[in-house]
Amino acid sequence: MTDMTNTDAPLPGSSKISIISETSATRRRNRAEARFKLYGLMAIGTGILMLIFLLLSVLGAGMSAFQQTFIDLEVEMTEAQFQDAEGSLLKTGKYKAIIQENFETRLTELGLQDNVDITEAMGLFSDQANADLRQAALANENWPMVREFRFLANGRIDGYFKGRVTMETAELDSRISPEQLQLADQLTEAGLMNKTFNWGFLSRVDGSPTRPEAAGLGVALLGSLYMMLIVLVLTLPIGVAASIYLEEFAPKNRWTDLIEVNISNLAAVPSIVFGILGLSVFINFFALPQSAPLVGGLVLTLMTLPTIIIATRASLKSVPPSIRDAALGLGASKMQTVFHHVLPLAAPGILTGTIIGLAQALGETAPLLLIGMVALVQNYPTVPPEGLGDPATALPVQVYIWTTRSDPAFVERASGAIIVLLLFLLIMNIAAVLLRRRFERRW
Amino acid sequence: MPLISILIVVAIISTLALFVNRSRALQSADGEIRNLHSLPSYYGYFGALSALIPALGLLAVWLFVQPLVLDAYISGDIPDELIPEDSTRGLVMSDVRRIANGLDIAVAEGAMSENMAGSLRTEFTDVRDRLGDVGVALGSDVRPETLRSAQEYRRLVGIGNTIMTVLVIGVALAGFAFAFLQTNKDFRARNAVENGIKILLIAAASIAILTTIGIIFSMLFEARNFFSQYYWVDFFFGTNWAPSFSGRGGASELGMLPLLWGTMYVSFIALLVAVPIGLYAAIYMSEYASPQFRAVAKPVIEVLAGIPTIVYGLFALITVGPLLRDYFAEPMGLGNSTNSVMTAGLVMGIMLIPFVSSLSDDIINAVPQAMRDGSLGLGATHSETVRNVVIPAALPGIVGAILLAASRAIGETMIVVLGAGAAAKLDLNPFEAMTTVTVKIVSQLTGDTDFASPETLVAFALGITLFVMTLGLNVLALYIVRRYREQYE
Repeated sequence: MTDMTNTDAPLPGSSKISIISETSATRRRNRAEARFKLYGLMAIGTGILMLIFLLLSVLGAGMSAFQQTFIDLEVEMTEAQFQDAEGSLLKTGKYKAIIQENFETRLTELGLQDNVDITEAMGLFSDQANADLRQAALANENWPMVREFRFLANGRIDGYFKGRVTMETAELDSRISPEQLQLADQLTEAGLMNKTFNWGFLSRVDGSPTRPEAAGLGVALLGSLYMMLIVLVLTLPIGVAASIYLEEFAPKNRWTDLIEVNISNLAAVPSIVFGILGLSVFINFFALPQSAPLVGGLVLTLMTLPTIIIATRASLKSVPPSIRDAALGLGASKMQTVFHHVLPLAAPGILTGTIIGLAQALGETAPLLLIGMVALVQNYPTVPPEGLGDPATALPVQVYIWTTRSDPAFVERASGAIIVLLLFLLIMNIAAVLLRRRFERRW
Repeated sequence: MPLISILIVVAIISTLALFVNRSRALQSADGEIRNLHSLPSYYGYFGALSALIPALGLLAVWLFVQPLVLDAYISGDIPDELIPEDSTRGLVMSDVRRIANGLDIAVAEGAMSENMAGSLRTEFTDVRDRLGDVGVALGSDVRPETLRSAQEYRRLVGIGNTIMTVLVIGVALAGFAFAFLQTNKDFRARNAVENGIKILLIAAASIAILTTIGIIFSMLFEARNFFSQYYWVDFFFGTNWAPSFSGRGGASELGMLPLLWGTMYVSFIALLVAVPIGLYAAIYMSEYASPQFRAVAKPVIEVLAGIPTIVYGLFALITVGPLLRDYFAEPMGLGNSTNSVMTAGLVMGIMLIPFVSSLSDDIINAVPQAMRDGSLGLGATHSETVRNVVIPAALPGIVGAILLAASRAIGETMIVVLGAGAAAKLDLNPFEAMTTVTVKIVSQLTGDTDFASPETLVAFALGITLFVMTLGLNVLALYIVRRYREQYE
């Protein structure tokens, strides 16, 4: 208190300084303070803005992938036509002719036949239409087949309705002409062509690099699902077992130190290195099949293990020692204490960690590229366990594959696939958060 | 027998052991649980574990050793003069394996009988054609020696598998029998089971070690092959990256420096973005923000860390790349490529913000409050306290955080694959497309790979370089962070 009285006395050499009115020095310092605070706010703002920008740019580019332009057409087909088409060498050509025939009749009904050249008009259809008709015909039993079909429109036509293709660009494009676009407009007016929700985007296979309109995520979704199953089945028991040992049983010695250092380093090893490991160990050495969800799952397992071990150890550590002491005091063995008491109490934390680990594995791309998952896969993998060895792709890999294609329509597909991927990640993370909220205990 | 059925049989045996042993234990105690040393279920577990663990252990070891032994045997059987001029023993062996595999598929699909696959002769059948029919494409016609080796290989694999099946199931049964004989009311089943479980736990913990060993050995092994074909000085200090895929070996120049330069340049720009933003965000969060603000802003920033890198890659490719080209590079006359070091660096910087901010946040929070109070008490403003007291005190930890972020940046793949480009260049212009170590690992190992040519094997040398660099950074960072934590505890 004696100091206080001293400050009231004027200091030698600075007699004008008052602690009430602001001097230029304090003003400067206060301004610096405000500036500093502003920088902090700006940094956080930048981060959040970047996140919003990122999400908006992906959503903006990808939402249209869920819409697709279709041409509704009733097709009449006799058994003779079917036999003829199946017997010929150019099967798709024959089916195309059948579509053309039906399309011509339809155009005549609408009174549009005069101003269009029918081969031009057939350009509105995707090549996938022939394959779809063939699929339906192969599955058909009652001849003659009369069915309403919803054929995919050509990717350029689809692009026209989504604003990607305009009359000007069509002028320069060898695969579409302005006349075809005008016809497409007329068909839309006649109700023959329309844009609806595109289930095919989620279910179809990625058939061909030249058919963006038919490209779907079917194989990728299955592949990712299979890999997640493998990762879950392997990482959860192994990760929990390893954590229990390290946290509850391990003596302090060189071996356990080595394991600890290893795990923390493995968690920071670049993911592509795990891809190299998978390629040389699982594929070259053990001769497991390339592009298979099995190998992908194993690689992702090794990659996710450190994450899960770290999360599990943290939640084991948060169980208070009094629980262990009580169990031991009542005569439980060390093993019984851990499995009957500690582990159930740590379970919510372990599950949360596992879900987050899985989410990380779901979004991983680089290691999967190296184990050959970039191949064009035309068939769905079969049911596990055999299906685990069939070639497949994964969601993020499918995005990469589509970005490497030259047709700009694939950019929309890739962004759409990312929306699906982010949706899954969102669901997983919300599940993790809810789980934590619901079961978390504070000791 | 296929692997899955062996596993099922072993599982059935151990389930059987579970029930049989439990009831035997009860029987030996005349149905009175109090007479048993352990709870009855422990006797069951003991039976199940004795059947399961040795059998599965044997299976794992066998699956690992069999291909090694067979490869060595078959490849030793191929006389030197049968290896063509332009080929190596390893290549011939991979042909042998591919043909053997093709024959397997042909038999499985019913295109060939087992007998026929064993007695096929190139003189009478066009093997390449037959295998092509079942979807196994061979690069060249099959030579009689290769086919014979492949058939020998298949025969040995068949014998090996039979022996393995018999042995594994035998061991499972033996384990069952052993447990059955051991089981009586005085047997300490719980202790035995707990020891068994402990061994399993140790095995699980050792997988981390195995993974590291696998990573190091797989890369060292292939990198050694690479350096036997390519002079190491040219690799580490070469300034030109120009692999040729036309002819095998020879003309390629595989100097790593341009790739390393690209990696460093991209990482540098990324850190230039991430470090100030991340650090200021962390300071604001820990020093100024109200709890409510923090509860919202911190998770939102951390969402950036949870977004898969492929999303950032696409963002770089379709949004940031064109933006930078149209508004910066072209007006300034610095180039017209959407792929550029700047694109990849900026986007990677965004990705790294939460890595820097979360860790720095923790570290700033760990600075004792007494230090702040001391500074504030001396009349310093809050920002002066942060700048002159908190940051210097937290500096080692922050450096650790930045090093960890740098190691992320160096190892990041998808952003640079989609954003940085594929042209290996030593250039200073940030709007120029350049390439990185990880991009080249991907491009050399995807598509057609030939594990005898230096163009493919170089990826392993790049991989081990990358591994060593990131490992070094991580170890250093963890060491610094740990030292720092101890300081204030």
